[in-house]
Amino acid sequence: MSAGHSVELEAIFGDYPLDQAFDEMREADGNVRPQYRALAETLASLPADELQRRKQSADLSFLTQGITFTVYGRDEGTERIFPYDLLPRLITAPEWDHIERGLTQRITALNLFLRDVYSDAKILADRVIPRELVYSCKHYRRQMRGLQVPRNVYIAVVGSDLLRLNTGEFVVLEDNLRVPSGVSYMLTNRRVMKRTFPQLFQSYGVRPIEHYAQLLLATLRSLAPEGRPEPNIVLLTPGVFNSAYFEHTYLARQMGIDLVEGRDLVTHDNMVYMRTTDGLKRVDVIYRRVDDDFSDPLVFRGDSALGCAGLFNAYRAGNVTVTNAFGTGLADDKAVYAYVPRMIRYYLNEDPILPNVETYLLSEDKARLHVLANLDKLVVKAVGESGGYGMLIGPHSTARQREEFARQIEAHPRNYIAQPTLDFSRAPCLIGSRLEPRHVDLRPYVLFGDKVNIVPGGLTRVALERGSLVVNSSQGGGSKDTWVLE
Amino acid sequence: MLSRVADSLYWMSRYLERAENTVRQLDVTMSLMLDTGGASAETRWQKLLAALGKPAGMEWNGDFESMARKLVFDNLSPASVTFCVNGARENARQAREEISTEQWQRLNRLFHHMHSPGVQAQFDSSINDLLAAVIDGIHLFKGVSDTTMIHGQGWQFIRLGRYLERAYATATMLEVYQPDLFKQEKESTGYQYLELVGLLRCCTSFEAYCQVYTADVVPDRIIEFLLLNRDFPHAIRYCVDGIRGAIDSIQHTGGRRAPDELTAGIGRLHAMLGYTTISEILNGDTAAFLHNIREQCLRIHELIYRYYVHYSIQSALAV
Repeated sequence: MSAGHSVELEAIFGDYPLDQAFDEMREADGNVRPQYRALAETLASLPADELQRRKQSADLSFLTQGITFTVYGRDEGTERIFPYDLLPRLITAPEWDHIERGLTQRITALNLFLRDVYSDAKILADRVIPRELVYSCKHYRRQMRGLQVPRNVYIAVVGSDLLRLNTGEFVVLEDNLRVPSGVSYMLTNRRVMKRTFPQLFQSYGVRPIEHYAQLLLATLRSLAPEGRPEPNIVLLTPGVFNSAYFEHTYLARQMGIDLVEGRDLVTHDNMVYMRTTDGLKRVDVIYRRVDDDFSDPLVFRGDSALGCAGLFNAYRAGNVTVTNAFGTGLADDKAVYAYVPRMIRYYLNEDPILPNVETYLLSEDKARLHVLANLDKLVVKAVGESGGYGMLIGPHSTARQREEFARQIEAHPRNYIAQPTLDFSRAPCLIGSRLEPRHVDLRPYVLFGDKVNIVPGGLTRVALERGSLVVNSSQGGGSKDTWVLE
Repeated sequence: MLSRVADSLYWMSRYLERAENTVRQLDVTMSLMLDTGGASAETRWQKLLAALGKPAGMEWNGDFESMARKLVFDNLSPASVTFCVNGARENARQAREEISTEQWQRLNRLFHHMHSPGVQAQFDSSINDLLAAVIDGIHLFKGVSDTTMIHGQGWQFIRLGRYLERAYATATMLEVYQPDLFKQEKESTGYQYLELVGLLRCCTSFEAYCQVYTADVVPDRIIEFLLLNRDFPHAIRYCVDGIRGAIDSIQHTGGRRAPDELTAGIGRLHAMLGYTTISEILNGDTAAFLHNIREQCLRIHELIYRYYVHYSIQSALAV
């Protein structure tokens, strides 16, 4: 058995390297982890070009479904499919249970934090979080002060990014509380995978995720204004030029709601209406996929044409629910992030189930000196950015980049944080015709209406370039289907 | 439904109808050129352009094949097939949540075919195959539209776009070709017959015509058939019936009455086609009659816009 087994492994892994980073599929001694054995056997049993063939057929399916993004720069936009990897990432039932409990706890605390900061601000009065940290955050919206939010839910849709360290432990890298995207890739990946590996899928007993859209709709409905039993729910998109437009159309269609743009909406007497062929129709709930800044030119950025003038006042009057609420970016600020464990203890009186990544706040003198002396070993991030922008990865940086960041940090210490360069886990990916390890993270999608709902799994994002630590799709990342086992 | 989405569906449909019309007319023109006894290539090209509504930037350059290539592939010319397919897909993208996945995938395949690396080679080796592939793609799209989409307002806007575009295009084509139809040759050479059949084939109506009138192809009957037949989908009268039916359904499902202006506009065109005999048309000014149809189509288009898409907020709040 063992001889035959290793021959098979030889055939599929070749010179697949293992080092101190956690490998999702293999243990340190090279053996395949128990949950991955069926997958390894399937791979070993397939003829050499069969995987390639399946990959091509899956690619074609993504192309005809129009799951593409446009590469600009030529006279006509070239469309590419979003890169994805054919091999699933597996998560066992106990691992998922831990993640689910951890995220539920964390999101509950973050929501309490937002409610507190925008009303009584007790946590600031009790000096658990420094006042200046909150009030200097560029996503803090003073317009939200004292505003009653339906059911006190600020963050109905969340996508938190988790990493797995070399101890095998999951940690939270960041919380996306504004307009997290990628859930459509989770859903379409699953559909393609079911077609690509039907028997394997069946034999694994994978927990379903397909009801996400239904849960999202129920969440949105539960947040409708009082007295609107049949709420008109819409999804507000910035339009076809947005890179997540595919996702907006996908979700609108799956939920059976209208996909509106700012230009479809008008406000009158603090009510929001949409222009239909039958005249104006009142809108009750807006699932907003437009950033705060662009949502209402009367309150936020005046030069934005993407939003709807008067939306915020209608929201304030309680005539329309907008979710996620405005100003939630405060709680995913990367400096505020460092205080999330303290929030959990403060509001829930519990120990955090999912730990944070160690974070240096550069506004603290001691931390800043340490970071400046060790820029080549650390990752520095701008606090208000997302999508992998405004980031310095010390070990992969040039001296000039480090000087530039050092200067920026000295000038605006509040705008940056630093974290150790994490050796997070890797999973095997099909690169050409070989398996090679690539770094992966995990973004589960959390819904918060009547209660917290997390579909089992999420989007496993892959840094497709060898050795790269950046998984964002805007920076050359791809994705994998994530199978949570029964 | 959202006005913007209705607008997109309407234009998606018009663009596809336009692409189909262009492809069919190009196909027929090229097949007529195989019989050398007829008109010169340049004359044919000018006629074709006129029948397509005289698009700009398509001036004769002496070589029919390069002109045909331009008419199929020139992205920058609104008359080209590629431009129309792109336009249809762009509009479908705007209305993506309203159309079915099958519709979207069909249209997407057609789009990717028009942009695939092999499409130029297909043009060189067999332009007929390419044109047939485009027509197939459009037919498949229409088929899945009818079978996978809910027949509500969105579908009616698709019908509206299709029939309005088709009525307008057929009237334009007849206006261009009808003077030639009556130039009787002294003795039948067979070329005249080919021209007449060509005109019918531009509207995929040769076989349908034969069923009604037998293969006795004469100009009067061709005009009667393409203008006044009530049962053939490419006849203008049928299209106007379709426009009327679509507007009726839209106001029926929406619970808002169409304005008198629009109902009157469509009713007038409908009555004109229903209460004019073919001899009145042929003995009177045929060209003016056809021109009148086009004018009325444009007017109906404007009224649809004013009422369903670009209405003022004040008027809507007053209701």
